[in-house]
Amino acid sequence: MITQQQPTQGKVSSFADQLTAVGIRIQEDKPLPGMTAQLKLRSKDWGFAAKVAAQNKLRWSAVWGDHRPPKIIIRALLFGVDGHLLLQTEVTEGSPELPSQAEFFIVASRPERYLQDMFGVRFQEKKDNRRWIRHQAWLETDFPLRQTFPVAGNPVENTKPDNNYPFPAVDGEGVYQIPVGPVHAGIIEPGHFRFQAMGENILRLEERLGYVHKGIEKIAVGRDLDGLIRLAGRVSGDSTVTHSWAACQAIERALEINLPPRALSLRAILSERERIANHLGDIGAICNDVGFSFAQYQMSRLRELWQRQNQLIFGHRLLMDLFVPGGVSVDLSKDDILNLQLEIEQLRPEVEELLPLLLECPSLQDRLRDYAFLTTADAQRLGAVGYVGRASNLQDDLRRDAPYAPYDQLDVKVPAFSEGDLIKRMRVRGEEILISLDLLSKLLKQLPEGSLSVDYSLPGREVEGVGLVEGWRGETLAYLRLDDQGKVLRYFPRDPSWLTWQALEMMLDGVIVPDFPVCNKSVNGSYSGHDL
Amino acid sequence: MFHIYNKIRRTGCVTEPFPMPDAPVVELGAACQKEIAAHFSGSLAIRMIDTGSCNGCELEMHAANNSFYDIERFGIHFVASPRHADLLLVTGVVSRHMQEALKRTYAAIPAPKLVVAMGDCAGYGGEFGISYASCGSVSNVIPVDAIIPGCPPTPTVLLQGLLQLLRQ
Repeated sequence: MITQQQPTQGKVSSFADQLTAVGIRIQEDKPLPGMTAQLKLRSKDWGFAAKVAAQNKLRWSAVWGDHRPPKIIIRALLFGVDGHLLLQTEVTEGSPELPSQAEFFIVASRPERYLQDMFGVRFQEKKDNRRWIRHQAWLETDFPLRQTFPVAGNPVENTKPDNNYPFPAVDGEGVYQIPVGPVHAGIIEPGHFRFQAMGENILRLEERLGYVHKGIEKIAVGRDLDGLIRLAGRVSGDSTVTHSWAACQAIERALEINLPPRALSLRAILSERERIANHLGDIGAICNDVGFSFAQYQMSRLRELWQRQNQLIFGHRLLMDLFVPGGVSVDLSKDDILNLQLEIEQLRPEVEELLPLLLECPSLQDRLRDYAFLTTADAQRLGAVGYVGRASNLQDDLRRDAPYAPYDQLDVKVPAFSEGDLIKRMRVRGEEILISLDLLSKLLKQLPEGSLSVDYSLPGREVEGVGLVEGWRGETLAYLRLDDQGKVLRYFPRDPSWLTWQALEMMLDGVIVPDFPVCNKSVNGSYSGHDL
Repeated sequence: MFHIYNKIRRTGCVTEPFPMPDAPVVELGAACQKEIAAHFSGSLAIRMIDTGSCNGCELEMHAANNSFYDIERFGIHFVASPRHADLLLVTGVVSRHMQEALKRTYAAIPAPKLVVAMGDCAGYGGEFGISYASCGSVSNVIPVDAIIPGCPPTPTVLLQGLLQLLRQ
């Protein structure tokens, strides 16, 4: 395991100078709270700025739009060793044209196609302009996130399936296609996978998502803050704590609310509990996908015990609806803390016993080791985050690299491996469980006294904020713009799955079709968090 | 290998009489098995379909299969194809992008068939409701025989819901 190496990235604080040096005109703005820097660009420089960012080894994190007639504001988030940088430009709604950044950051391609479908932004000189999130529920000339588009839309009674989506085909004798989904064989969310295969070997996989697009960003508009947090908790059910925290953080930064230390520690406790529950489930499920049911029974047993404790102490098995703007809605008594500490002492030896068992089991090694590689170079090209990145030696972890309270007071270890094969993606999860147990132990021991939340007042003017937290899948973003009454004008949650779904397509070299499910499980992207 | 067997031996059987706190439902469990024996030849085959859930319901569905609940002991099991199914278990609002897929899955199940909407979204539209992207609750698209409320319903509530439906 490699733990010492720092993330190999550039600095966002020198980005402005780098842009100026190549003749790009910029305007430096006062950064939003939590951001290290914020720059405005002319729209024609948008693509070139991405080129400079790529050359200087910044990681591309997100792009989103905000329709403020007659303009559409476009923002991109970049990450360097010294924090986050917000890049901003604007296009007019009449001719919304923008140079693409996807040539320099491949992971930007789908978010740009999302902008194209939802705002009507046309990206110039872009290879792939196919629709992405839009199937047949609205017209190509309609853009749901424009303000003029009604939330009810103009739906027909029966929306047709998106049959004619152009998948590029591989030619050659013996090459055939396998369409899979949207309805899969197991208990899993819907999505479509198109395989080009030769015999058992996968030549190419292309994902097609968007099936569970339920208009989260549009229906968020007009909600009050409590309603927004309820919605954020359901962006992706397995990441309810993560998305709630990101949204709360965005609100609190926008309204300049300072949280009581006890609330912050309780949030971190919830977040680490979510991480452990999901990693336990994933390790079992990965093993189960190669028929190793022993691990599935053991891990799902531990996960169930963990979830029952959630129910007992926090009142919800998945920890939903425990966040409020300004704090949390749940407290721990002295007995609760003792119970949680006892639980840690029970889980740790189980995990410490099971992990070596799995890693030393020859039949499991045979299926998971040296297989389905995501090379470090590919992971870097992608800017992969979370366990997917860490298994390929990309170590970004906001809890350590851009720490927010209470992680700024904690020493967060980040496990990483250089190989990037399937078993490392499982092993990273195992290591993270043990690290999270340490963190939980410290958080419980040092839980500050004090109140659970603070009262806050609305600022009486329009405000905006960006929340960024490290969920169990990786860096998770929430952007919020609120009106003077605290009603939502724009909510954009970016699940880390946007940065890892493509990793799945890149790791299938030499992989056979029947092993696809286990590869998919090793990435475990969220469909709901992606489709919104 | 020895270590694995030893771990299995030490773990023992964790499967619980179902459901723990609620004695009347134990009767319901027995009744359910009887119903399944009588009407479904001893096994109730469920095809699940997520038409717009947040994935919370799926997590609890998985949990219903873990060793504690072990839903299969009542003769209830999840199948890969709708052609093999007696019951369609739907989660989430019906996104418009999944509307046709839901209808086709429903059509592929041989009659007589049951449809259960699992969770507040599938049952009532939940947090997402009706919009340009969502048809709302499942009953807006296909006929529904029972709703199991909750966000998400716990494995216990899921089982109770299924048992109640079978008793009707």
